Amino acid sequence: MTMNTVGRPTRPEGSAANTGFTSLTGARGLLQDEPLIFELGGWDKTGVDLDEAEHDASDLAGLTRAGVPLPGLSEPETMRHFVRLSQKNHAIDLALYPLGSCTMKHNPRLNEKAARMAGFADLHPLAPVSTTQGALELMDRLAHWLKTLTGMPAVAMTPKAGAHGELCGLLCIKAAHEAAGQGLRRTVLVPTSAHGTNPATAAFVGYNVTEIAQTPDGRVDLADLEAKLGPHVAAIMVTNPNTCGLFERDILEISRLTHAAGAYFYCDGANFNAIVGRVRPGDLGVDAMHINLHKTFSTPHGGGGPGAGPVVLSAALAPFAPAPWVVNGPEGLHLVEEATAEATQAFGRMSAFHGQMGMFVRAYAYMRSHGSDGLRQVAEDAVLNANYIKARLSGAMSPAFPDGPCMHEALFDDAWLEGTGITTLDFAKAMIDEGFHPMTMYFPLVVHGAMLIEPTETESKRELDRFCDALLALAQTARAGDADRFKGAPYLAPLRRLDETLAARKPKLAWRSEPATVAPTPLAAE
Amino acid sequence: MRFTKDHEWVTLDGDIATIGISAHAAEQLGDVVFVETPELGKAVKAGDAFAVVESVKAASDVYAPISGEVVDANTVLGDAPETVNADPENGGWFAKVKVANASEYDALMDRPAYEAFLATQ
Repeated sequence: MTMNTVGRPTRPEGSAANTGFTSLTGARGLLQDEPLIFELGGWDKTGVDLDEAEHDASDLAGLTRAGVPLPGLSEPETMRHFVRLSQKNHAIDLALYPLGSCTMKHNPRLNEKAARMAGFADLHPLAPVSTTQGALELMDRLAHWLKTLTGMPAVAMTPKAGAHGELCGLLCIKAAHEAAGQGLRRTVLVPTSAHGTNPATAAFVGYNVTEIAQTPDGRVDLADLEAKLGPHVAAIMVTNPNTCGLFERDILEISRLTHAAGAYFYCDGANFNAIVGRVRPGDLGVDAMHINLHKTFSTPHGGGGPGAGPVVLSAALAPFAPAPWVVNGPEGLHLVEEATAEATQAFGRMSAFHGQMGMFVRAYAYMRSHGSDGLRQVAEDAVLNANYIKARLSGAMSPAFPDGPCMHEALFDDAWLEGTGITTLDFAKAMIDEGFHPMTMYFPLVVHGAMLIEPTETESKRELDRFCDALLALAQTARAGDADRFKGAPYLAPLRRLDETLAARKPKLAWRSEPATVAPTPLAAE
Repeated sequence: MRFTKDHEWVTLDGDIATIGISAHAAEQLGDVVFVETPELGKAVKAGDAFAVVESVKAASDVYAPISGEVVDANTVLGDAPETVNADPENGGWFAKVKVANASEYDALMDRPAYEAFLATQ
């Protein structure tokens, strides 16, 4: 079996003393202890005044149900329920959200204003193109800027998120190999530090996955890559900067070797924020790369809204891009659908319609408000902030790759915790008590007890210092032997340490009514 | 009992091999929450992925240490995957295989050799 020796403990250990004080109601100050909406009940009530249904039961061929058990809450009760739940959630609008590999940057409100304009927000995807010229023009302009920033000739706009973009890229690669009579290429090479979605995507497309080793300084091992390339390899998937927060300095050689073997170079663009405006992936020989609009161009997950993962494509892959796409012709903008002659080689579709319109508007607003100089500064400041954190914490914590600067995220291992009895997980939980969302833990897998911190460019020096001060104080406490502070953490969160093992072995995936508490009788309007 | 470098163990009784994962592997995985055992009648080749073990940390393939045909699978693990942690090298067995070539067994590491191998990891 393959072994993962760097995972995290998954059960609460021991039980350090509680803080002692509990309220009579279970509330924590003005933070309410909120049950599930189904537990709020109100089964005999309804919160809205509905007219008696006028349907003829005979129309339903006897398929009528006698009562649907839904909780009956008034509007204020419903509102409070969801607001109370939201208070238990962490958000980028509350504080720093230092998840590595996630680019949790501030989402400018200008984006939201633009995305809510009725001309964008209220469009129906089947509206005649003569009535949607403005929306199509925005998509066309966004596509132009994505191609310009990446130095690539084509972009498929429809994928709905990063992993969906990976799937789109690999399907283009598969179609290109098959069109060239190279369909027997069955293997995709993935470095050991890759995002888990990379091998998952390759496997989903039907490829075998082979891992490429990593050098001691955290980069792709060129000798291992060369040994594993061959006529059976369809593609390589490399993240640059990689998940260790390091630029793949041999990227041009990786690209050359890959192409020499007849394979395509897929780049995972999750970390594009570190190089946007500074490096064009097209110049590196990349054949396909997804761009997480919801990371690089703001609106991170947790900041609201869905994702969008357009894929830029090289000239070799462009003919296989999925329909539909926008073309700006002499008679205005129109959509190329796969039924037309222009899309005969398209491998199919990634989604029913054009893509994630709201995200297109947000990303375009972000680009235009920053301008080309602003976007370049985004990458510079993101890298500067990460290096500031790395420099401030390196004395107390152990950087996984101490030599040289990092890119947009600072990676530490757990060597500095050795002998304290405290794990990365304990340390992360103690951060919650200090008012900070933990960093990404135990990823990348190639680093023992990894702690991956990505501050992004939107944090001020004051906030970075507040974060570093808290971590330095915690680190000092850890080494002073105060293990209880960590083993019992979090003490101050709405819930204490959870038992992940129990949750995995006996998951409760849906609420089930207790017969005594629910009477599923037909609801009548009062 | 013999071991592989991938931390499977195998015992041989006549031509029936019983296969599981080592106590070291079970400890490293942490709490096992799910086990997928192979289908009966499946032909496996030494080195093939033939079962899956999932802990809260990670999902891992289990490789067949020996070639043959699957003749039995440990149904206990379906409801009680924690047996892999509690009794990895006995009650936590994964599957029994009717062995084609017993010499494959002899080529595997015995316990002292496996422990020496672990010391190098």
